[in-house]
Amino acid sequence: MKHTISVLVENKPGVLARISGLFSARGFNIDSLAVGQTHDLTVSCMTIIVNAEDERILEQIKKQLNKLIDVISVIDLTKKEFIERELLLIKLGLDQKDRKHLESLVEKFKAHSLFYKEKIAIIEISSQKDKIDEFLRELTKFKILELVRTGRIAMDKHGGKDA
Amino acid sequence: MKGAQILIECLKKENVEVIFGYPGGQVLPLFDCLYDAGIRFILTRHEQAAAHAADGFARASGKVGLCIATSGPGATNLTTGLATAFMDSIPVVAITGQVKSHLIGNDAFQEADVTGITRSITKHNYLVKDIKELARTVREAFYIASTGRPGPVLIDVPSDIQAADAEFIWPANVEIRGYNPTYIAHRGQIKKAAKLIQKAKKPVLYVGGGVVISGASAEILQLAETLQIPVTTTLLGLGAFPSEHSLSLGMLGMHGTAYANHAIMDSDLIIAVGARFDDRVTGRVDTFAPNAKVIHIDIDPTSISKNIHVHVPIVADAKDALAQLFDVVKAPDTKDWLKKIDSWKKKYPLSYKKDAAKLKPQYIIEEIYQVTNGEAIITTEVGQNQMWAAQWYKYSKPRTFLSSGGLGTMGYGFPAAIGAKIARPEKTVFDIAGDGSIQMNIQELATAVENKIPVKVAILNNCYLGMVRQWQELFYNKRYSYTKLCNPDFVKLAESYGAVGIKVTKKEEVRPALEKAVNTDKVVFLDFHIEEEENVFPMVPAGQAINQMLDGGLA
Ligand SMILES: Cc1ncc(C[n+]2csc(CCOP(=O)(O)OP(=O)(O)O)c2C)c(N)n1
Ligand SMILES: [Mg+2]
Repeated sequence: MKHTISVLVENKPGVLARISGLFSARGFNIDSLAVGQTHDLTVSCMTIIVNAEDERILEQIKKQLNKLIDVISVIDLTKKEFIERELLLIKLGLDQKDRKHLESLVEKFKAHSLFYKEKIAIIEISSQKDKIDEFLRELTKFKILELVRTGRIAMDKHGGKDA
Repeated sequence: MKGAQILIECLKKENVEVIFGYPGGQVLPLFDCLYDAGIRFILTRHEQAAAHAADGFARASGKVGLCIATSGPGATNLTTGLATAFMDSIPVVAITGQVKSHLIGNDAFQEADVTGITRSITKHNYLVKDIKELARTVREAFYIASTGRPGPVLIDVPSDIQAADAEFIWPANVEIRGYNPTYIAHRGQIKKAAKLIQKAKKPVLYVGGGVVISGASAEILQLAETLQIPVTTTLLGLGAFPSEHSLSLGMLGMHGTAYANHAIMDSDLIIAVGARFDDRVTGRVDTFAPNAKVIHIDIDPTSISKNIHVHVPIVADAKDALAQLFDVVKAPDTKDWLKKIDSWKKKYPLSYKKDAAKLKPQYIIEEIYQVTNGEAIITTEVGQNQMWAAQWYKYSKPRTFLSSGGLGTMGYGFPAAIGAKIARPEKTVFDIAGDGSIQMNIQELATAVENKIPVKVAILNNCYLGMVRQWQELFYNKRYSYTKLCNPDFVKLAESYGAVGIKVTKKEEVRPALEKAVNTDKVVFLDFHIEEEENVFPMVPAGQAINQMLDGGLA
């Protein structure tokens, strides 16, 4: 079962290595990991999607994360109401006649076209994973030249620092 | 003040009495300050031994052990010692030199990514990049090493930081927002535990190294006696409860007593305190104690419900949890249970063939017990020697049995004995060794002799890597693949270092040799030529239920 875990960590060198090292050393599975700064420059937030076979392993993952000195807090968002997003950038090769169709897809999926030049288009979409997957299926009609996708980030709908 | 001097001032603030270490290019500034720092420094002959000696010092004293090594090979030599301390939760601080800051990452001479290498074998580690961070880092390192579930912490200090200038400011306090160990037990959980205990008919206290670390032996004794609950300990728990107490079941697990294993398997309530249900204890987990509820007191939440499902988890310092429990719990009726246990004790005592012609290792350890009045500090190497030392010496006080339990590091016992003797100079310190293991850090003879640290080493010399040979005998058709040892003359070898060497081949020579050893203030190597193919029994074959014991035809 997949769980979305939000981990606040010290913004220090080596912290990412400690987290990824923990997962590989203990044989836990990471599906996705995204790291970034927060409004507090000494704190980074990691959103980790883990694949835990059972509750016992999930508990271990959370406890082991918490045990790291540089980890400030571990929140299992799966047990809460939360929003998740990931970002996709895709570069397509297309003919002039494809352009209309692409534009309608971009509009339908609330994506953005960032760049057009002759036979190339770069599109951005930020959405839930399944929505992005659906968008991608539509785009297979075109020639995909390049694709990058971020890890997922997530946020509790309520809660928060001083909430 | 120079960075190196700041380091020394920090160590003084932390009341460091002794440093074990080895110099090299990237710790030259530090060693220059150590020259007249007024802190005792023990030059070991290998960095691994420095780490083990710091660990032995820590285990025997309860204080933080300190070791120092240079960059690259010096630091990598420390790693076995750090991993050993990590597995057994021992507070050690290691300081390593690193190449100059601007060279890091350039494959400089004697550069190694030491924080990377030690990340998974330390509780925490640091690379100091700014001299202004140095004092705070040392303060944090000692704090982290010695609090919560203790463990080794490494500080990697580039040599230019050691040589840089800064003001020495000792931080008034330590605050690490991601590190807040829980010491006080949750009252509600304590009450739940008390309820289970009151109802239990066949309870067992299962005591591990955490009780030694927490200093909770008195609380265990009080609880066990008041509630009349039998006590079994892990290897690292030896000494936490007096072995000769009528409620003692001795050690459990792979080479535990049959009665401890039967008691655990038959129990309806296991009260685990500072133990972690290691596979050497549980055997096959799905067969372990099938009818038992489990109460687990541990300061490390990750130890709870890791291997075995726990019904009442209590995250706390053992001392506090036991004291709270004592306040609320009422004694269960364990008369019948203790009777049953007594019958197991009578039926399956620990034993060996006493009438044998050859020298028996168990006999030697019984004699060491007699000669030292049971008051020695015993360290061990790893293998059969370790298990015999665990089974046949009777430990009555915590911090008197020092052994590499989690990692099983051959070569641990001798340097650990040196550290222990420095911590407790009034004690007789024996390393119970194997002929294989002792050769993994035998160079420390020079350290012990030079510094007049009169430890005694009892080599149970079977001319084999005995424990591996035992498995080959029992499970690999006696195909003794590369386990026969061709040994040096340990007596001459000891003598060449300036230590006393005594060879013993007969039973009647054992007592006089031991008396001679404890009555000299020299370092002594006793070379006991024992029965070569003696085995350790009882034994639970790996992956079996722990009541499926081989007894070697002794019972
Ligand atoms: C550093 C290290 N290498 C290998 C092993 C595997 N091992 C465990 S016991 C043992 C044999 C130890 O031989 P010896 O010291 O003579 O002790 P004995 O079992 O004969 O008493 C070996 C090789 C180990 N525990 N540690
Ligand atoms: Mg041997």
